[in-house]
Amino acid sequence: MTNQPAIELKNITKRFGAKVIANKNVCLTANHGEILSILGENGSGKTTLMNMISGIYFPDEGQIFVNGEEVVITSPKDAFSYKIGMIHQHFKLVDVFTAAENIVLGIDDGKYDLKSSTKQIKEISEQYGFELDPDKKIYTMSVSEKQTVEIIKVLYRGADILILDEPTAVLTPQETEKLFAILRRMRDDGKCIIIITHKLHEVMSLSDRVSVLRKGEYVGTVETKNTTESELTEMMVGKKISLNIDRSDVKNTEDRLVVKNLNCFNREGAQVLHDVSFTARSGEILGIAGIAGSGQRELLESIAGLQHLAGGEIIYYNPKTGSVDNLRDKSPVQIRDLGVRLSFVPEDRLGMGLVGNMDIVDNMMLRSYRKGKSFFVKRKGPKDLATKIINDLEVVTPGTNTPVRRLSGGNVQKVLVGREIAASPTVLMVAYPVRGLDINSSYMIYNLLNEQKEKGVAIIFVGEDLDVLIELCDRIMVIGSGRITGTVDARTVTKDEIGLLMTKTTDEKGDNNG
Amino acid sequence: MIVRFICRAILLGVPLLYGSTGEIITEKSGHLNLGIPGIMYMGAISGVIGSFLYEMSCGNDITRMNAFLAILIPLLCAVAGSVLMGLIYSFLTVTLRANQNVTGLAITTFGIGMGNFFGGSLIKLTESDMPSIALTKTSGFFSAKLPFASKLGWFGEIFLSHDFLTYAAIIIAVITTIVLNRTRVGLNLRSVGENPATADAAGINVTRYKYIATMIGSAVAGLGGLQYVMAYANGVWSNNAFGDRGWLAIALVIFALWKPSIAILGAFLFGALCNANNYIQGLGTETQELFKMLPYVVTIIVLVFTSMRKKREHQPPESLGLTYFREER
Repeated sequence: MTNQPAIELKNITKRFGAKVIANKNVCLTANHGEILSILGENGSGKTTLMNMISGIYFPDEGQIFVNGEEVVITSPKDAFSYKIGMIHQHFKLVDVFTAAENIVLGIDDGKYDLKSSTKQIKEISEQYGFELDPDKKIYTMSVSEKQTVEIIKVLYRGADILILDEPTAVLTPQETEKLFAILRRMRDDGKCIIIITHKLHEVMSLSDRVSVLRKGEYVGTVETKNTTESELTEMMVGKKISLNIDRSDVKNTEDRLVVKNLNCFNREGAQVLHDVSFTARSGEILGIAGIAGSGQRELLESIAGLQHLAGGEIIYYNPKTGSVDNLRDKSPVQIRDLGVRLSFVPEDRLGMGLVGNMDIVDNMMLRSYRKGKSFFVKRKGPKDLATKIINDLEVVTPGTNTPVRRLSGGNVQKVLVGREIAASPTVLMVAYPVRGLDINSSYMIYNLLNEQKEKGVAIIFVGEDLDVLIELCDRIMVIGSGRITGTVDARTVTKDEIGLLMTKTTDEKGDNNG
Repeated sequence: MIVRFICRAILLGVPLLYGSTGEIITEKSGHLNLGIPGIMYMGAISGVIGSFLYEMSCGNDITRMNAFLAILIPLLCAVAGSVLMGLIYSFLTVTLRANQNVTGLAITTFGIGMGNFFGGSLIKLTESDMPSIALTKTSGFFSAKLPFASKLGWFGEIFLSHDFLTYAAIIIAVITTIVLNRTRVGLNLRSVGENPATADAAGINVTRYKYIATMIGSAVAGLGGLQYVMAYANGVWSNNAFGDRGWLAIALVIFALWKPSIAILGAFLFGALCNANNYIQGLGTETQELFKMLPYVVTIIVLVFTSMRKKREHQPPESLGLTYFREER
């Protein structure tokens, strides 16, 4: 079994519509008993390619070979029959079903016996070291548990070829390590593991070989042990870019926003913020690190006036008038008029901030529609702004009148951040601004933030990639289960120290953040 | 008196039970079919057409009518008429991905219009003075009762004295419950309604499930229309007599929290509530109308309670009302 080609792709091409070519002449081989990384920027066609192997899309041209034989995969069912299983980035699970129900879903073996299935699930869990309660409902699970269900789902179907799309995007460093251990065990078991990612250090630590895609085209495959991160980056982006973020020193800081003893409860009545206190200073980037769902969202929303607070104060020192205001009990409009801007990028980019069906100009107007006294709105100003953002930030769009929904994730993000910055705020809060963006777009966003910092804006940056937080921010505040577990100097701190702070309270309290 | 009240409640509840069982089956596939009133109406008129033609072909002579055919023909016609409506609805919403609410309302308007057109045409054919068609002979076959029911006193009257479509309604609702919760087909269907992308990735033919669920649901709902004409109205069809039963059936779906087993009890409760005004002495016209509102009031109360408790199992299928397109990015 080992080192036999499990899956081979030859000259695969896939188009969406007439213009967009997602994959062009991709050739790829993955062997049994190895972990192959597919590396590429966002929009380089990694997921599309894998979707063709798993039967979600059908290639326009090219051949797929499984174990040396040419196959035609027209549906996910076909993929299962060739023992191919895909773990999607956005979990494909039915929330109201139990783990076991999700795992057996769609299997057509004549019988329907959840009890024996549950037994089998437990056997698989033991074999590879998963921890899972098959009778637990999905909506009560943490992200990592859901991922476990996804992986067992494909193993239960007897998959030999496992494709994982960005599996670590939502995991803590500890959970990632656990997952990697399991993947290595599967590899040693002779399975072929394909992992899609754009995190270089994971590629280096996990995979045996790396295949790189760039703009839908196949660039090459290298042995991991014979390559370096910078070589891979070069293959990915086509030109050598500096991995260092240009961080200037902090100067002339003054307190801009002082948050004192913030307490907040969510709609279910659970306390999500416990006595949060911190200071954001002008000309400085304050990073907030923490496991997803530790209260970051509520914290930013509290400052923006979108959360009901149970206690605490948010003191804003206005640089223009010199006045001191308490932002608590102010409406979002009042807060915004003071110069506090929130640019929030949750998983669903279009949820807050932009309206998907409206074009870029209209989305610009969402911020400026109150200006002017005329009954009719003026489109001229917003239109100029839209054009400026498109040019300055290199937004790829057919025009200013394209609905934002049609743009790719990175471009949507550029539009949103561009608009927020154009309003020249004094406090800029961004959450996950580069989630799902490719390297070039990410750096453009980092540079924009740095520019704002130099202009004296107080920036609060909620991030997930610790490397970026350490390189971009001046101070990093770590939040765990709604409490501040520590604030550190980004210039001297190590990743391990932050990781420890992130999990500190969670472990002590045995609290489930999921 | 109480026995009569209960019997009446059951009789009134049965069309609602058919309608809501059908709607539940459809909604479990993620399709909110607001066309149910129109589909039930079409089921009723199709059955009426079938039995009308059969009665005509037998020369209106009951001795020449075969009991089996007299039941089978209207039954098949009702199913055919309502499945056709379901097919139109699924084609529009599944294949053409039209908005489900708009399509459903259009189907209701269309179904009632077509029903009235056929009803009016038949009434003209009979050349009678009354604006209705009486199919009492066929109705007689439909409401045949168990012979020993009358000998068992109140027990027989409440539990055994009904037409066969009443029992069929309960059996269909029970079977639907079992299929939904205990079988692979049910699991697959529920997954389609909850999360079609997941179902698709699991190798389930989403389009086929949506079509078949909508059509089976329509067939079941159509039987409700037939039962109304043949058993409740004693075979008398007149235009618009069916009233707002279709909407009540949809309200019942919410009341029953998308569970056919609860719908059985709910249907009879709704039947009782609809009927209560006739059994309470000394009500004025205006209070009677207030009483007729009761089923809707109860539905609203149930809605308030279920949304307050937020239990995920009691919520509608997650992708209810949403169209699914695999390659949408």
